[in-house]
Amino acid sequence: MSRAQSRLREQTTLAASAQRVWAMVLRYWYVIRSSWPRTAELIYWPLVQMLMWGFLQSYLAQTSSFAAKAAGLFIGAVLLWDILVRSQLGFAVAFLEEIWSRNLGHLMMSPLRPSELITALIAVSLIKLLVAMVPVAVMAYLFFGFNVLSLGFAFAAFFANLIIMSWSLGLISTGVVMRWGLGAENFAWLIVFVFLPLCCVYYPVATLPGWLQPVALALPPTYVFEGLRAIVLDGTFLASYMLAALALNVIYFAIGYAAFSYLLHSARVNGTLVQMGE
Amino acid sequence: MQKLTPASHASSHPPAEVRDLRKVYRDVTAVDGVSFTLGHGSITALLGGNGAGKTTTIAMLMGLVIPTSGQARVFGADMARARHTVLHRMNFESPYVDVPMRLTVRQNLEIFARLYGVRELSGTIAAIADDLKLTDLLDRQYGKLSAGQKTRVSLAKALLNQPELLLLDEPTASLDPDTADWVRSKLERYCLERGATVVLASHNMAEVERLADRVIMLEKGRIIADETPTELIQRFGRDTLEEVFLAIARRGAKAAEMGS
Repeated sequence: MSRAQSRLREQTTLAASAQRVWAMVLRYWYVIRSSWPRTAELIYWPLVQMLMWGFLQSYLAQTSSFAAKAAGLFIGAVLLWDILVRSQLGFAVAFLEEIWSRNLGHLMMSPLRPSELITALIAVSLIKLLVAMVPVAVMAYLFFGFNVLSLGFAFAAFFANLIIMSWSLGLISTGVVMRWGLGAENFAWLIVFVFLPLCCVYYPVATLPGWLQPVALALPPTYVFEGLRAIVLDGTFLASYMLAALALNVIYFAIGYAAFSYLLHSARVNGTLVQMGE
Repeated sequence: MQKLTPASHASSHPPAEVRDLRKVYRDVTAVDGVSFTLGHGSITALLGGNGAGKTTTIAMLMGLVIPTSGQARVFGADMARARHTVLHRMNFESPYVDVPMRLTVRQNLEIFARLYGVRELSGTIAAIADDLKLTDLLDRQYGKLSAGQKTRVSLAKALLNQPELLLLDEPTASLDPDTADWVRSKLERYCLERGATVVLASHNMAEVERLADRVIMLEKGRIIADETPTELIQRFGRDTLEEVFLAIARRGAKAAEMGS
């Protein structure tokens, strides 16, 4: 076997692939670690949201029997919503770091494969999510007595369905930025918010007009928020809802991956990878 | 010093081979039917004014841009389709592409060493830092370095995996003459010691005369000259490559004026 063949063989092993993913996770971890304002920024907005909805719920509980009965509904919804938002932003912003630092060219011509970059972005979105949400969840318990872990297995199902959806959105948004450059940066920041009214975060699907309900039911997070209401209001875990969300998530993730691959190819055809950051 | 030509090169594919390469962006033809083959251990300069097609050609050699037609092959691999089979054997340096600013030099080198599958990370980083006078800068943030220091870091990144093919896009742009000379010496020594093949895009004609054994001159995406620097200077009856470059550029401008 020639030296070139042996080097190629080394590069294609699973260990080599894991090494490249680890390199990228380290790269993003070093960025998080290098700046305390960035870490504080991760926690800031979820904390503000949780406090606002928590106090609103406390106020409503004094004036409305429904709100008193539904203790934890708003705080639970805001925590779950923030899982979707923070995870998608964690994914997309990690990718944007490469464009802001004009490093994308180096990465794209290194042996790093697109699937490895995606795996690293997924890992980083999880790390950022934990950094942001663990302190906020602890404060939700301390301030308002809402323990997200008391949801038990349901919380694990909610969490899994929300983060898979966030990765699908992350794949599409980073693909769009890769294809159209920083002009499309706002898309990466804003894409998730279109789901806020559609996924019925704070109200049941039945509240939506009839024509909009099928749209809501085609989105995995809708089942999560319906599931949260069922468990908080009735103490019922809707397993079928979680399975429906999972099935939809498989489809959305496949669409996200296909969109990312197509947009990367399109960026190579249109030459946007070499102009990135300029 | 004699250039090294590793034994494995003898029967292998050429480091880079470009055939009828063409790239059209909507109504702009950036590269128009370019063909060349690079020999092992050669240093080839791609010259031309702004918009001549140098960067697009290099981008197609790296697989970052897919040609409209034709092929760019590196070590036999079609860079539009199979670039991941050879990317670990090549590297790239340009002052226009940075490494992450917030990371220290050591962190940056560690990340790229891992990406390129470099063994003995700490030893390799220490050795290359020592060679490129970066040891004292290893724990400083890349973004806080001077232009010359950044270029040395960029060069260290480009040499980490001991590439057999090195693509350099204006490697000494914006450097003071002393630092630029130092960088050229390092590149010369690397090529001599490793037998590496280099593609160099540069506007610095003195640099090209010193480093390159072949010059491919591009104009409007086409090759208008492909010979050694000495042959090119003789053919145009000039004293330096800079004079040749100016003569060609002004001829082009005059033709364009008459055409309009």
